[in-house]
Amino acid sequence: MAVPPEAAGQAAESRGGSADAPHKRQEKRDRVVIRFAGDSGDGMQLTGMQFTSESALAGNDIATLPDFPAEIRAPAGTLAGVSGFQLNFSSNEIFTAGDEPNVLVAMNPAALKANIDDVPPNGVIIVDREAFTDANLKRAGYSGNPLTDHSLDKFQVIQVDVTKMTSSALHGSGLSNRDVFRTRNMFVLGMLSWLYQRPIESTIKYLDARFKKRPEILEANIKTLKAGYNYGETAELFTSSYEVPPAKINPGLYRNITGNSATALGFVAASVKSGRPLFLGSYPITPASDVLHELSGYKNFPIYTFQAEDEIAGVSSAIGAAFGGAIAITTTSGPGMNLKAEAIGLAVKTELPIVITDIQRAGPSTGMPTKPEQADLLMAIYGRHGEAPLPVVAAATPADCFECAYEAVRIALKYMTPVILLTDGQLANGAEPWLVPDPDQLRDIKVELRTDPEGFLPYIRDEETLSRPWAVPGTKGLEHRIGGLSGENLTGNVSYSPANNELMVRTRARKIAGIAREYPPTEIFGDTGGGDLVILGWGSTYGPIREGVKQLREKGKRVSHIHLRYMNPLPRDLEDKLRQFKKVMIAEMNMGQLLKLVRADYLIDAFGFNKIQGRPFKVSEIVNRANRALEG
Amino acid sequence: MATALTRKDFVSDQEVRWCPGCGDYAILAGVQKMMPEFGVAPENVVFISGIGCSSRFPYYMNTYGFHTIHGRAPAFATGLKVSRPELDVWVVTGDGDGLSIGGNHLIHVLRRNVDLKILLFNNRIYGLTKGQYSPTSEVGKVTKSTPLGSVDFPFNPLTVALGAHATFVARTVDVEQKHLGETLKRAHDHRGASFIEILQNCNIFNDGAFNDVTDKGIKAEHQLILEHGKPLIFGKNRDKGIRLNGHRPEVVALGNGVSESDLIVHDETNLALAFMLGNFEAPLPTPIGVFYATSRPTYDAAINKQLAEAKSKQGPGDLRKLLMSGDTWTVD
Ligand SMILES: Cc1ncc(C[n+]2csc(CCOP(=O)(O)OP(=O)(O)O)c2C)c(N)n1
Ligand code: SF4
Ligand SMILES: [Mg+2]
Repeated sequence: MAVPPEAAGQAAESRGGSADAPHKRQEKRDRVVIRFAGDSGDGMQLTGMQFTSESALAGNDIATLPDFPAEIRAPAGTLAGVSGFQLNFSSNEIFTAGDEPNVLVAMNPAALKANIDDVPPNGVIIVDREAFTDANLKRAGYSGNPLTDHSLDKFQVIQVDVTKMTSSALHGSGLSNRDVFRTRNMFVLGMLSWLYQRPIESTIKYLDARFKKRPEILEANIKTLKAGYNYGETAELFTSSYEVPPAKINPGLYRNITGNSATALGFVAASVKSGRPLFLGSYPITPASDVLHELSGYKNFPIYTFQAEDEIAGVSSAIGAAFGGAIAITTTSGPGMNLKAEAIGLAVKTELPIVITDIQRAGPSTGMPTKPEQADLLMAIYGRHGEAPLPVVAAATPADCFECAYEAVRIALKYMTPVILLTDGQLANGAEPWLVPDPDQLRDIKVELRTDPEGFLPYIRDEETLSRPWAVPGTKGLEHRIGGLSGENLTGNVSYSPANNELMVRTRARKIAGIAREYPPTEIFGDTGGGDLVILGWGSTYGPIREGVKQLREKGKRVSHIHLRYMNPLPRDLEDKLRQFKKVMIAEMNMGQLLKLVRADYLIDAFGFNKIQGRPFKVSEIVNRANRALEG
Repeated sequence: MATALTRKDFVSDQEVRWCPGCGDYAILAGVQKMMPEFGVAPENVVFISGIGCSSRFPYYMNTYGFHTIHGRAPAFATGLKVSRPELDVWVVTGDGDGLSIGGNHLIHVLRRNVDLKILLFNNRIYGLTKGQYSPTSEVGKVTKSTPLGSVDFPFNPLTVALGAHATFVARTVDVEQKHLGETLKRAHDHRGASFIEILQNCNIFNDGAFNDVTDKGIKAEHQLILEHGKPLIFGKNRDKGIRLNGHRPEVVALGNGVSESDLIVHDETNLALAFMLGNFEAPLPTPIGVFYATSRPTYDAAINKQLAEAKSKQGPGDLRKLLMSGDTWTVD
């Protein structure tokens, strides 16, 4: 059973001191949402990631949402430079990183100011008192000091001299002031680890690996980490520590995974399973670059990574590699998608298998590079000149990126077509526990390169899938030419015959539409026989919608959830499923793009719930909007 | 038993559709004639082009071919060559395709030194789109889009290539079949990005653009054939040469106290000399031949070497191990 985050903070069950924490009381919590916030240079992402690892190892279900500025180094102490990392960990199944933090860690005034509006009354705020200097307060735009002017009275503010305690922990270490200052985050991590009874061994292991070559820094970090942990236990600030017992999750081997990592691994898996080398042509762009970084490390598989001169070259090189028989992919975000459009159209026309990954970010134009959005859906489906249909697959959660990347390659190869994989900035950097799949259990990816010249024609088609043969250079007797000019049926020879052109356009469209035949039935979470309201979603809205619908159903509301993975072609049973409901609401982080498709394709009077703030829906927003719809 | 390849093995069944009299025919004939000499079977040869009259080229070769999009052929070719280094990959482009819309890809493929043979057909005009000026058109050129004459300063394909640190830079002429063949051979023998500017007559939209180097009556006075290790001599009677006057090249008549030993001796490995030759303008003659050739590791070989080394160091990729890497924990 899911507990609403607000309630979770209070629904505490007290327990006497235990052997682990002999000096203090321990209380139980079902779920805690912590947000670490500080200056970009304060190491908040690292702190958050390590706390996440510790929590995963403690057996909790977790979801994270990093939130960092686009500027690598905005001026220190300013609002623009605030970097945040939110983590939800729970003893129940959870779907989002949490609407609002129960605990905010603010390393400086700017971090406090940028995040205070999200903290609910009575929420815990932990600050580094010494960072609240006049200069820092001024940089953050405070006229007074919130720590002393009673403006924070509705919160539980815990002031800790983090900087001072870090320095005294490292007294006599010989490190520069700057190096000492930079270990402050470890003090905070240690303190929070004690507070929530997280094991710090995994963090020590991580530090060992990271600072292998700098033993003095390694020692300092570990010392500070432990100092923070011990401080939590001994200081008078915390009257108790909290325990969030492990969640009941399916047995197996787990690891924490971000969406970008999962995407990369999905491609590697597809390459291994198909027995073809992987080629990535890409140009760096936030939030997609990590896929390039990760795949660049797996050369032995073999994986070719080509950092191209621009996105056009990225996708073009991939198409060239696909022509040669590689599993060819390109990764980018919105601005890069625009550049790739022409080449993708060529891959549609020449029917070559590539996967274009669009890790969506808030637009238009440069927009908010580090923030998620879902406004590239129609571009993915329609954003090329001419009739150029292609399959579009969208991932729901960080771990789902693995399956979707794998599925995108499978479809591309089976149907000889470019496929667009949509994820977004939230999935890319968000993390969750992932039940590591057994490679033997992954769906087969069959690749048959054409070798027989007998009866070969470049555009002869498989009867079932309508896909054309993959005939790669180096194969004797299959020499042929392909290109973007309209081509004659079967031979592909340049042809401007009007009837032939229509035949080819329709054939390619039929091929893509046919992919829907093999989808599994669309699942309804909730009232499978119809109900008052169904919320339809796709991509990363999965989490908040699912959580919201669960909460509504617990209150007896007849609200259901349909989540789409296959965005084009849409599932064939979708229309019927939607029609079973009195109302259809489509929640998207855009102005209503899936809404347009559903209304246009099915003439269903669906309505939209839209958010374009570069932030995911809050569960409460979904719940409130659904309640209004039920009333209206 | 393998039978020797002939020109016919490289001729496709497609009807060639350039304007009658177009220089592209001669280039096609020259390439088809040379291919058997390279000894590479047609199935291992790939021609990749962009868009333009010149870029129709692959359709006429009985090899693998890919007519891609405007300007991007070097990128397609890079992806193919990197992942299939054993293939013999050629790029065909035009002055607009390669230097305007595709200028970026061209310089990058050259600096990376991807082992590709790049043929840039320079007719100093946009042929396919019916006669607008191109990035190699001269200032003052009157075209449909420049009725008062172009005010765009042109690119020189050779010095662009040299500036991008291409490892093989040459120029030849559509109608000079023998020279064209020899230059193709040199380019094919070279390991790395071989760049050949082929002066090509567009008899419809820019007829006679290279008359001075192609007109039988006058070409000997305007063509300077570069040969490695030989002095720069030209003229019908081979009575003129190029001498340095200070740092400036000048035309001198041989005789009257000027001998071959006063002339510049061509050195293909000298980048500065190549730049100087690349910048020759009237009254200096137009050099043709290999301007520059040097050896540098190719991008495709270097990448494949990294892959091989990674494999020998870490062993072949192990998917199960990879998926299970990182901090893992077991839930019972
Ligand atoms: C993206 C795009 N923009 C414009 C065109 C139109 N176009 C086709 S070929 C060409 C110029 C070709 O000039 P060049 O490369 O010199 O080739 P030529 O025809 O002279 O051989 C242009 C502008 C196109 N096909 N694609
Ligand atoms: S327009 Fe010019 S370049 Fe194009 S085919 Fe005709 S003559 Fe050749
Ligand atoms: Mg041209």
